[in-house]
Amino acid sequence: MAITEPTISRRGLARLGAAAATIAAVGAVKTAAAAETSGTIKVGILHSLSGTMAISETTLKDVMLMLIEQQNAKGGLLGKKLEAVVVDPASNWPLFAEKARQLISVDKCAATFGCWTSVSRKSVLPVFEELNSILFYPVQYEGQECSRNVFYTGAAPNQQAIPAVDYLMKENKVKRWVLAGTDYVYPRTTNQILEAYLIAKGVAKDDIMINYTPFGHSDWQNIVASIKKFGSAGKKTAVVSTINGDANVPFYKELGNQGLKATDIPVVAFSVGEEELAGIDTKPLLGHLAAWNYFQSVDTPINKTFIDAWHAYTKKPTRTTNDPMEAHFIGFNMWVKAVEAAGTTDSNAVIDAMLGVSVPNLSGGYSAMMPNHHITKPVLIGEIQADGQFNIVSQTPGLVVAQEWSPYVADTKDLIGDWRAPLHCGAFNVKTGHCTAGKKA
Amino acid sequence: MGAADSSPAAPALLCLDNVMRRLLAFFLIAAVSLASAPSKADPVDDAVAALSSGSFDSVHEGVDELVASGSPRAAAIIGALQNGKLYFRPDHTLYIKQDDGTYVGALTGTPIDAGNVKPVRVNNTIRGAMDAALGALRLFSPETAARMTAAEAVFHAADPSALPALTKALEKETDPAVKTRMEQARAAVILASAESAEADRLAAVSVLRVRGDIDARGFLASLSDQPPAVAEAIAGALTAIDRAAQLWSVAQSIYYGLSLGSVLLLAAAGLAITFGVMGVINMAHGEMVMIGAYTTFAVQQFMHAHTPGMYGASLLFAVPLAFMVSGSIGIVIERTLIRWLYGRPLETLLATWGLSLVLQQAVRSIFGANNQDVDTPAWMSGATALGGLTLTWNRMYIILFSAVVLAGLMAALRYTSLGLRMRAVTQNRRMAAAMGIRTPWIDALTFGLGSGIAGMAGVALSQIDNVSPNLGQSYIIDSFMVVVFGGVGNLWGTTLGALTLGIVNKFLEPVAGAVVAKIVVLVLLILFIQRRPRGMFPLKGRAVES
Repeated sequence: MAITEPTISRRGLARLGAAAATIAAVGAVKTAAAAETSGTIKVGILHSLSGTMAISETTLKDVMLMLIEQQNAKGGLLGKKLEAVVVDPASNWPLFAEKARQLISVDKCAATFGCWTSVSRKSVLPVFEELNSILFYPVQYEGQECSRNVFYTGAAPNQQAIPAVDYLMKENKVKRWVLAGTDYVYPRTTNQILEAYLIAKGVAKDDIMINYTPFGHSDWQNIVASIKKFGSAGKKTAVVSTINGDANVPFYKELGNQGLKATDIPVVAFSVGEEELAGIDTKPLLGHLAAWNYFQSVDTPINKTFIDAWHAYTKKPTRTTNDPMEAHFIGFNMWVKAVEAAGTTDSNAVIDAMLGVSVPNLSGGYSAMMPNHHITKPVLIGEIQADGQFNIVSQTPGLVVAQEWSPYVADTKDLIGDWRAPLHCGAFNVKTGHCTAGKKA
Repeated sequence: MGAADSSPAAPALLCLDNVMRRLLAFFLIAAVSLASAPSKADPVDDAVAALSSGSFDSVHEGVDELVASGSPRAAAIIGALQNGKLYFRPDHTLYIKQDDGTYVGALTGTPIDAGNVKPVRVNNTIRGAMDAALGALRLFSPETAARMTAAEAVFHAADPSALPALTKALEKETDPAVKTRMEQARAAVILASAESAEADRLAAVSVLRVRGDIDARGFLASLSDQPPAVAEAIAGALTAIDRAAQLWSVAQSIYYGLSLGSVLLLAAAGLAITFGVMGVINMAHGEMVMIGAYTTFAVQQFMHAHTPGMYGASLLFAVPLAFMVSGSIGIVIERTLIRWLYGRPLETLLATWGLSLVLQQAVRSIFGANNQDVDTPAWMSGATALGGLTLTWNRMYIILFSAVVLAGLMAALRYTSLGLRMRAVTQNRRMAAAMGIRTPWIDALTFGLGSGIAGMAGVALSQIDNVSPNLGQSYIIDSFMVVVFGGVGNLWGTTLGALTLGIVNKFLEPVAGAVVAKIVVLVLLILFIQRRPRGMFPLKGRAVES
């Protein structure tokens, strides 16, 4: 610099300035043009379309495409069309993180809707936090998490598992419990919470049996037999099943074959919905239960409209709807409302605008986004019918607010998540008054 | 009154008597009709009103009231409710839907135009009450099977009010099996009732002790507030039942092991040919199984649409078809892919692994990612009891099927000329070629045979597992384990390997849990292979040594 300075003439300087101005102008024109031509807001869809989870997640991709199409038909968002960016993480957990990064950094998606298994969510979580983007997670899960960049539209344990256990205690006088699950993070955490809850309710430790099986377990003979044996101790017994995915079909088949009827030992499942039952003959399963926040059989006008639209979109009148689909329906509408309120798709503005947003759910009420980034939901208990649908036998009178940190687990009983000012913390310890994790950067 | 009075006033009195009677009757009728109009008095009407109220609690009450009313339509109405065929209108009238979609009045049984009706919904509590109620009502059914279920339902309900009906049914019963069931039901009722004498209770306990199954155990254990002597007898019975159950559980575990082993054997038998005999590391073997399962699905769909009368036999048609479909795909794979890779195990492994992904995605694109619903025919559903054993039919048939497949395969290898050539080619390829055997063609057929057997395994697996594009993946590792453990190239080794792994797994599972059991089996296998690298039954001879 010191050397070149004297040699630059005034004219030269002027020329330089002009050049800079031109570059700046061109740049400005370019950005303006970019905004003009890409007059769309991109929405990422991160669901496995191949591999083991394709069975569940493909449907969620379809429902997102339908919701985006409907929104575009209504005129889009902020005067722009929405554009879906679909990627396939192929049921491969590390690939979820890569694809998430691509959606945010390369495709510049304003928000992403995706993931099913907890392990895939845990895999993408650091990416969304690092790049400060937004993820909508639509599946019931084990709780114990509260990220600023994630909106949990599925149920926390107190919005599904605990009301189901309460129902069995009250309605069927169940005294003895089998907690059966697939061996991974969701069932283990849920069962830890449930065990603590049951013991707090006065159930003896001997009256709780916990059993884990690998993913895709197909030989249930002696597990079903041991459940039968456990149930012959003279106390009313029930099975709480967090068995996930494919393994459910052979499990229910074995229940049917060994003649374990719902009137003797009811099984209440947290991962079995209309979609999973589509692959089995449900006659032997009559009366076994599932707990969700939505069933296709919910009898409301808004649900009928939704199902009709779904059948028209998929051109298949037999396609079922299920709970995670409703979660996407709620999450998407909340996001649309928050973007409209914020007037921009900027992550920080939308994250702030999301809090308190309230949209209709499909069971006839309104779900609201709470400061812990979870939504309020009704809890429904359904019994399996012969046609593969659920007969709703119990519904909470009001909406249940999610407990993101379980009060039944010693480590987390004092924690709360609150993303409002001034707390801005995902794990605030109310005893010590410290934010233990997930502080806003 | 003086009807028999012989006084002169008798006619007048008689007349007055008559009038009085009529009046009385009139008042009675009026009183009855008055009472029934607002509520009470006619229990059937009450029951109908409760059943058509739409709340679970009142439907439950309605079932109980209907049974208590003794209405001749009670069995029909509750039966309809149990099958989801009972409908109601908001004006508290009930209808039963017939199979042809028309309705009859629930109380009249005559056809009627129902109009806008809703089904009466039930939950598990009501379902339990219905089982008990129908049990009591059907104890006198002319059909033996119905009486059997009825007795069992009464046993489960153990409702003291069923005792008179049960006693009456026992007197009339002629079938010894049903009679035993009824006696057991009576024992349960006696023990549950508060009024029974101690001697009766003791007799009842011994009846249930003889029954000795898991239901009897559960019932005995649930009893409380029994006299001390009875409580002692119950404790004794429980110990006896548990001791017997312990013995039976060993037999049960062996059965479970055999059944798991037979599944492993089916999955591995094809691999024993392609890998064991030909030495091809075929990672797409599982997909041949999967294709067999999808063939079953396709056959069922076709038969459902075209020959619904023979639907129950669909599996019998699926077996040869699955063999042919998977077998021909196997031949195509051998001719187009594998034959270029003989003697290059690593390349074979990678190529067939890639192929397995291609096949999976192809099936996913054609049939969709969702599980397909393959029906289990009625003759393969349910279970039978043999002493303290529960034998599920689907597993029994699979054990049989795998035995038949194995016998067929061995016979084919030993007694057919194709089998002879196959053995010749594997034992000494160049000599076989020198004798005029077209070795490439035999290679293709051998690979086709192995794949075809995998296809047949797919038919069996469609009955116990998910029919999804991932079906094969879950069996490929197990299949390799079985073949390596049993000894490469030896069908007896494969058989024994499969059964051993199955039984060891099933004995470990209750102790260690399913996840740990799998790990333990794998570790044991590795240790075993360390000591006997060629498996349990290694092939001997110069061909192997080289």
